[in-house]
Amino acid sequence: MTATLVESREQEQVTKGRRVPVTRACRFELVKLVSQWRIRLLVLACWIVPALFVAGVSQQSTLPVDTLFGRWMHATGWAGPLVMLGFAGTWALPLLTSLVAGDVFASEDRLGTWRHLLVAVRSPRRIFVAKVVASLTVLLVLVAGLAVSSTVGGLLAVGNQPLVGLDGHLLAPSDAAGQVLLSWVCALAPTLALAALGFLGSVTLGRSPIGLLVPILVSLAMAVAQMLPLPVAVRVALPSYAYISWNGLFTSPQQLAPLLTGVVVSLVWAVVATALAYVLFVRRDFTNLTHDGSGRRAITVGVLPLVGVAAVSFAVVAATTSTTGSGIEQDKVQRSLATAFAHLYRMQTDELHRPAVTEDQLKVTATCSKGHVQDHAEGPGNDWRCVVSWHLPGVQTTGQAIYQLDVTSDGRFVADGDGPKEVNGYFLVRTPNGDAPNPMWQFDGNVELLDTTSKG
Amino acid sequence: MDKLLAIRARGITKSFGDVVALGDIDLDVTQGQIHGLVGPNGAGKTTLLGLLLGLAVADSGRLEVLGTPVGRALDAPDGVAGFVDGPALYPSLTARQNLAALAALRGHDAGTADIDDVLADVGLTAVADDRTRGFSLGMRQRLGLAAALLTKPRLLVLDEPSNGLDPAGKKHVHGVLSRLTADGTAVVLSSHNMDDLEALCSEVTIIATGRVVFSGPLSKLATDNRELDYRLVTSDSQAARRVADDAPGVLVVDDVVRQDTELLVVRALVPALDDLVVRLVQEGVALRELTPLVSPLEAAFLALTEQQEAGR
Repeated sequence: MTATLVESREQEQVTKGRRVPVTRACRFELVKLVSQWRIRLLVLACWIVPALFVAGVSQQSTLPVDTLFGRWMHATGWAGPLVMLGFAGTWALPLLTSLVAGDVFASEDRLGTWRHLLVAVRSPRRIFVAKVVASLTVLLVLVAGLAVSSTVGGLLAVGNQPLVGLDGHLLAPSDAAGQVLLSWVCALAPTLALAALGFLGSVTLGRSPIGLLVPILVSLAMAVAQMLPLPVAVRVALPSYAYISWNGLFTSPQQLAPLLTGVVVSLVWAVVATALAYVLFVRRDFTNLTHDGSGRRAITVGVLPLVGVAAVSFAVVAATTSTTGSGIEQDKVQRSLATAFAHLYRMQTDELHRPAVTEDQLKVTATCSKGHVQDHAEGPGNDWRCVVSWHLPGVQTTGQAIYQLDVTSDGRFVADGDGPKEVNGYFLVRTPNGDAPNPMWQFDGNVELLDTTSKG
Repeated sequence: MDKLLAIRARGITKSFGDVVALGDIDLDVTQGQIHGLVGPNGAGKTTLLGLLLGLAVADSGRLEVLGTPVGRALDAPDGVAGFVDGPALYPSLTARQNLAALAALRGHDAGTADIDDVLADVGLTAVADDRTRGFSLGMRQRLGLAAALLTKPRLLVLDEPSNGLDPAGKKHVHGVLSRLTADGTAVVLSSHNMDDLEALCSEVTIIATGRVVFSGPLSKLATDNRELDYRLVTSDSQAARRVADDAPGVLVVDDVVRQDTELLVVRALVPALDDLVVRLVQEGVALRELTPLVSPLEAAFLALTEQQEAGR
C-alpha cells in the first residue's frame, strides 16, 4: 500500500513539468549579469567616478559653463548631480543601456545557450520577463549610482548651499534636493525607452553587434534631431526630449508641460518597443539552429511600429499644444529673460547689502531682437540681443542693461552681460566681504517651448 | 511492459517548412538502458533529441516520456535532463557557480556537497572554482553532464557527449553513464563515435533522412548485416592465404596491405569466418589476431545509410 502510494506520488511529480517561477528566473539572470566583469566595472564606475568628477571639477577655477548648472558648481553641491545628469543624458545613459539591455538576449545567441535555458525554464515568456526585469534592475543600480555618487561628491566638495534655478530664483537646499531627485527620476523614462530599444535590437538582430549598438545609435540620431531646427513638436515626440525637459523643474512656476510630455512619450516608446521585442521573442523558433531571430521580417516588424509611434506622438503633440515652428518666440524669450534678471538682480542686491527689493517692485521688462529682425523674431541662434529695463523704488530713472543671448533649439539660453559694468559688465562684484562672482554677468535661462500663453 | 519504457514514440513526424526532419519514427527506450542514436549529419537526430527534451513538439504521432504524453513544446516531464548541440555554460561563472545557478533555477536546492559530488563524478573537482571561459571542449562536455546529473534525471538525453574528451575524460563519462543506468536511469546517446556507442550501448537506432533504418540490440546489427573486413594474423600467412582462398564465403582482400606479408585481410560474414577459423586450426595454422578493420556498427551504419541514400 505504502509502496503504491509512493509510486503514485512519484508518478504525479513526473507528470508535471514544472515551470520555473519568474522570481527564480530573475535571480538567475541577475547572477549571470553581475558575474560579468563588464557589469561589475560599470557598477563600480557609476558609484565612484561621478563623485570624483564632481568633486574634482568643483575645485577647478574653470567650470563647465556649457553644461546646464555647470557655472554654479562652485556655489552649491546640488549643481554637481545636475551637471552629471546633463552629461549622462547625452552619453552615459545610452551607453549603459547598450551594454546592459542591448546584449541581454544576444549574449545567449553568442553562447549558444538558448536551448539549455529553455529546457531549464520551460517558458519563453518567463525568460523574457526575467531578462527584462534583471536588466532594468542593473540599470536602476547604475543610474542610482550616477545620481547618488555625483550628489555626495558635490555636497562633500562644496556643501549644502541653495541652488540658483534656471529663472534665477533661489532654491533652498531642501527644495534643490527634491528637484534633483525628481530630475533623475524623470530621466528614468527615456532610459527605459532606450533600454526597450536595446531589448528590441538584441532580440531582432541576434548575434549581430549592431543589436548592441541600437540604443547608442538611436540616441545619437535623436540628439542630432534635437540640435536641428526641426519643429518643436517633432523634437518633443522623441523620447530623448525627456533628457532635456527636466530643466523645467528649475523654473518658477515649473515648466511641467514639456516635462510630462517628454516622460509620457518616453514611456509609450518603452512599452511599445518592449511589446515588440516580446512578440518577436516568443514567436522565435528555437529548434532551428540556423535561425537566431534576425531577419528582414523581424527588423521590419520591430522598426515600422516605432516609426508609427513617432508619427502618432508628433501628431498628438502638434494637435494638443498648437505649437508650430521652433517654439522659440520673441515674447517668450523676453519674458524668460526678464524673469531671470529680476531674480538675479535681487540676489545681487543681497550680495551687495543694498536695500532689499522685490521682483514685483523692479517691474523688469526685456526687449529683444534677433539679428535685424525687430518684430516677431523667432528661432534658435546666438544673434539675440536684448535690452532689459527695471525700476528701483524711489528712483525715477529707469535702469537698463544689455545682454547677448545664445538660444539653442532645446530652449536653453545663455545670457551674456554687455554692460553697464556695475550691473552685468564684469564677472566679479565687489561686496563688503570682498570680490564675489557676479550672478548677472552671465547666466542660463530657459524658454518653455510648448508655452502657448503668448498666443492669447 | 510499457511501465519499463522511458521513451515510447509511435509514428512521430516533424517538418520544418518543406523539409521533413522526422518521418514516422518509432522508438522504444527501456529504463536502465543506454540507447545509441546514430545517423549521418542532417538525419534528424538533433530534432529527435529536441523532441525528447521538450524543445519542440511533433507534428503528428504519439510521444510518451517517462510515462507522460508530451503534447506541447517545453512540456517534458521532470526527470528529463541533457543537452543538444553541446552543453551550454556561462563563461563568466565558475564551474561550481554554473551548477549552483542551474540547480537553483530548476528548484533543486543542491547543496555544496551535491555539487562537489557531481564534479567529482565527472572529474572536474580540481577546476571547480575556475571560470568556464578557459575550459576545453572536453571539460565543457563533462561539466554539461554534471549539470544534467545534478537534477537526478531518470532520462538523460546527450548529444555527442564524448566530443573533445581525452581518454581519462572518456573513462569518467563512461563510468558515470554506466552507474546511472545501473540505478535505472535511461540514457539516449547521440554520437558519431562508434567505439563509444559499442562500448556503452545495449541498443541502437540508426536514422537516415529522417527515418529509422534499424533499431534493436547491437549484437543483432553486427550479425545480421553485410560482410566485414577482418585483419587476420597467423603463424603461417602463406598457408592461411591458401586456406582462405579455399574457404567458402571468404574473400581475401589482398590489396589492402601489400607490404605486410604476415597479415591478411579477409572479407566474410560471421558464419563463414567461423568456418575459416576451424579450417586454419585443422591445417595447423596458429591464429594470432582476428579483428574487424572497422567496427561492426560502423560498417552496418555505412551500409544501411548508403542503402537509404540510394533508395531515395
